Amino acid sequence: MTVTASDPGAGAMKNSIGVLLKKHTLLAQLVGITAIGMIISMVWEGAIRWPAELVLPLKFWLTDFFKWLGKEAAIGDYKFKEFTRSISWVLAQPLKWTEYALFRGIKMLGLPPIPWVAFVIGVGILGHWIGGVRLAIFCIVSFAYLAVFGLWKDSMKTLSVVLVSVPFAAIIGLWLGIWVTRSRKAAAIITPMFDLMQATPHMAYLVPIVILFGFGQVPAMMATVIFAMPPMARCVILGIQTVPSDVIESGRMSGCTQRQLLWKVQLPTAKRTLMLGLDQVVMQTLAMAVIASLVGAAGLGQKLLFSLQQLRLGAAVEQGLAIVLIAVVLDRLTQAYAYRQPQHLLIHKTWFHKHAHLLTFLVVLIVTFFLASFWKELAILPKKLTFTLGRDLDHVVRWISKESYDYIQPVRDFITVSMLIPLRDFYLWIPWLVVMGIVGVAGFYLGGLAVAGLTCFLIGMIVITGFWVPAVLTVYLVSASVVICILIGLPIGIWASRSERVARVSMSICDTLQTFPSFIYLIPVIMLFKVGDLSNIIAILAYASVPAVRYTYLGLKRVPEVLKEAALANGCTPSQKFWKVELPFALPEIMLGINQTIMMALAMTAITALIGSQDLGQEIYRALPTADTGRGILAGLGIASIGIIADRLIGAWAKERKAILGIS
Amino acid sequence: MNNEVQISCRNIWKVFGTNPEDFLARHNGQPSDEDFVNEGYIGAVRDVSFDVRAGEIMIIMGLSGSGKSTVIRCITRLNDPTAGEIDFEGENILDVTPKELIEIRRHKMGMVFQNFGLLPHRSVLDNVAFPLEVQGIDRATRNARAKEMVELVGLGGREDYFPRELSGGQQQRVGIARSLAVEPDVWFLDEPFSALDPLIRMEMQDEFIRLQKLLKKTIVFITHDFEEATRLADRIGIMKDGRLVQLCTPEEMVLNPADEYVAEFAKKAPRGRIISARAVMGPLVDTVSAENGVNATTKIGDIAAQVLNSDAPVAVLDDNGKPIGAVDRAMITDALFGEEG
Ligand SMILES: Nc1ncnc2c1ncn2[C@@H]1O[C@H](COP(=O)(O)OP(=O)(O)OP(=O)(O)O)[C@@H](O)[C@H]1O
Ligand SMILES: [Mg+2]
Repeated sequence: MTVTASDPGAGAMKNSIGVLLKKHTLLAQLVGITAIGMIISMVWEGAIRWPAELVLPLKFWLTDFFKWLGKEAAIGDYKFKEFTRSISWVLAQPLKWTEYALFRGIKMLGLPPIPWVAFVIGVGILGHWIGGVRLAIFCIVSFAYLAVFGLWKDSMKTLSVVLVSVPFAAIIGLWLGIWVTRSRKAAAIITPMFDLMQATPHMAYLVPIVILFGFGQVPAMMATVIFAMPPMARCVILGIQTVPSDVIESGRMSGCTQRQLLWKVQLPTAKRTLMLGLDQVVMQTLAMAVIASLVGAAGLGQKLLFSLQQLRLGAAVEQGLAIVLIAVVLDRLTQAYAYRQPQHLLIHKTWFHKHAHLLTFLVVLIVTFFLASFWKELAILPKKLTFTLGRDLDHVVRWISKESYDYIQPVRDFITVSMLIPLRDFYLWIPWLVVMGIVGVAGFYLGGLAVAGLTCFLIGMIVITGFWVPAVLTVYLVSASVVICILIGLPIGIWASRSERVARVSMSICDTLQTFPSFIYLIPVIMLFKVGDLSNIIAILAYASVPAVRYTYLGLKRVPEVLKEAALANGCTPSQKFWKVELPFALPEIMLGINQTIMMALAMTAITALIGSQDLGQEIYRALPTADTGRGILAGLGIASIGIIADRLIGAWAKERKAILGIS
Repeated sequence: MNNEVQISCRNIWKVFGTNPEDFLARHNGQPSDEDFVNEGYIGAVRDVSFDVRAGEIMIIMGLSGSGKSTVIRCITRLNDPTAGEIDFEGENILDVTPKELIEIRRHKMGMVFQNFGLLPHRSVLDNVAFPLEVQGIDRATRNARAKEMVELVGLGGREDYFPRELSGGQQQRVGIARSLAVEPDVWFLDEPFSALDPLIRMEMQDEFIRLQKLLKKTIVFITHDFEEATRLADRIGIMKDGRLVQLCTPEEMVLNPADEYVAEFAKKAPRGRIISARAVMGPLVDTVSAENGVNATTKIGDIAAQVLNSDAPVAVLDDNGKPIGAVDRAMITDALFGEEG
């Protein structure tokens, strides 16, 4: 045991000496670079603020390009516009039929939509089939809420977009994923594209889409499909690559052709990973469907947006709850489906037994349709039968915010004036040249020349395209939030790793929080803090602290028992054991969590633009109604660049550290 | 046993590394062990030649990493050898088209894997029927055949279970049934029982012997376990660092190991069950009578008690009952415990 315990210890020791040596040259270099940068910036203003006349007019070029693409581009006689139109048409068809079924009905034939009662029971039956009674009850209660609170039609609008987008995104993701596993070239092109796409916030997708496809439901779906597809592809790739080699070889020895191997061996064996991919697609789709209200997609998102804009917070709470319920229901359903395992007991049942759920639903459907022709209330709940607590809630909310404001305001002002503003001014004061130098050196030490080059290039692009100031403001918001995320997340994660009960509770809260579309977090923040930098930070905090908690917990949980025992046997006090053994071992995992937190924080800055900010998110948001495509895309890419820089630095460090500690 | 050659491997090499072909070419097809070390290539199989005769059980043994699996994987073309020739039933298997290869795998080869390689989403029956399904055989026929195989390996009644619901031994029975479903000519088994605990392993070995008595396949079998090898093998091949050091019957291996490495393996052998009277007997002496004599092919373990209890040497008889030699106590003890020193 001593051998196993001392081995990594010796490794760590050697390593920490190495780090120490590195650190000193590193420190010297950092100081040197900073000094040089400061001196240059004293001589040349341009090192602080890139001169306006030298800004590369990339954003105008992009805007013009998209205008041209949307209006004039053509191959021969075939205009690009017609191409976009035909795509719209293809997407519009299934959407139309889904909407007929869910809430429009077919007026010409006098057919009503699926009665809400049937739908609610149907979701319950689905829940029962997949996950049993508890899930069924949860499904029914959630969907009944939508009907009873008069949010049915909007929910169905949102749900239509989700239901139609999911198959498109899933199938395209599946094909791309398969392609990547088959072809090295495809992998070389597609994988970095996915990296970029996932680092780019939702909203940035909307900007070019608006130019090419206009406003409305279908463009929203386009953006949704594009946005939700990479996670699926990633899961497909992961799933296929992790099928045990024994299984694949047994397939090949059974005489499978390539195609049979894929469809009969690899994909079914990877079912669970594929289903997790589908779960992500569903969640991303819903999040996007909500945000797409910004480009005129009707539904719950739009209602929520209006409520927020008019500060009808009671209504916003109701609508937000509806979105949350839909999200949690969809998530629980796909998750439960992913973890279902085949069982031999099921095989021998009769046809009726096997299809009991489907048959029940058909019966319910027919009966409710029939009854609905007598009692219209069963088909569409009339407004007078729904009720809303909106107004009362408004009062409550107003009261809460008024009462609490007296306490919150001084705190808010204090934090803003004495901490945030100085921090912001400090960030803005640093010349970009110095930032570039420091990040470059750090990149070089953590990932070699390639990383240094990439990070410097990205910073350079931000500077010369004229987005430095909003980018710095983004970093300011994100870094402030992430620090607080760490201050909150780490202790909770540590606490959870000490106590089973805390772990259970906090992990299930994390799971639930993660399913909420980011938009939702704006509601309580506006309620309590009004607008301002602190509100932004708190919204980001609420959205992004989950990974900090989760990864800390997982990292600490993974510390091998022997290591801890060896530490105690060596005479460590509990606190020494924690600081000298557990924390160093868990640190890479924790850093990955922080990396993840940064990514989510960046994504959230694009959303908090809605409540006012001056960062890159705001650039995207402003670009939307003015069809200023170049500005929107570049701002989006700017956020993505910041994300990629953070990922390359922190992610690279964590991976290397993990390799050294021998954790896979 | 007929002696027709079913698989013939000639000078096969399998080299892993950045550019294996070039590496072999640069060293005239005969890189030395130092060349591998110097250039960072892995010589998983080095210049291996052997024949497998129809109906025999050939066992390959060797330490972990010695290249046993790679040899089998070359014959089945799960890996392509870097150099060499492999004839499978008279056909050069390295020249066949991908289509022909699939046909060969569908009809002539069966393989059992160490970790079973079952499809988790399919029931026992569907797993066993899988090789037939990919051939496009209709459901009724393939299910009937699969059911037969499931019965054969003693899993009757569990056709509808899923792999997850079975024990390791049962899962490997499914693997065996699946590999036999297409009635292959040659059966490859790569450490089929090493993931199982010792008791189940014994049981599965007996099962395997029973099946082989019934089916009389040509078998290439990999194991780590010398006991297992001596129980099952017609011939044993020992591999070391990619080379086939010795290929012979278990008895020869115990009596005349080619080198220290083989001797080390053979040391663990149950000699009484391997060595026959013929191998240890001395010249015929006058004092023995054909009465109470033992057959020359009898294993010494079976006659040890008789010889040790008798003061005089015991006659060794050929198949016609004619004395051809004699054994005494010293010979038996020497053979059983190995000559000391
Ligand atoms: N795909 C591969 N790439 C690189 N090296 C490989 C590959 N497959 C096998 N090797 C190497 O070839 C050598 C022989 O491996 P092989 O699997 O044939 O050994 P083995 O005798 O079957 O061992 P074991 O008893 O552990 O199964 C090993 O050194 C292994 O690391
Ligand atoms: Mg092997």
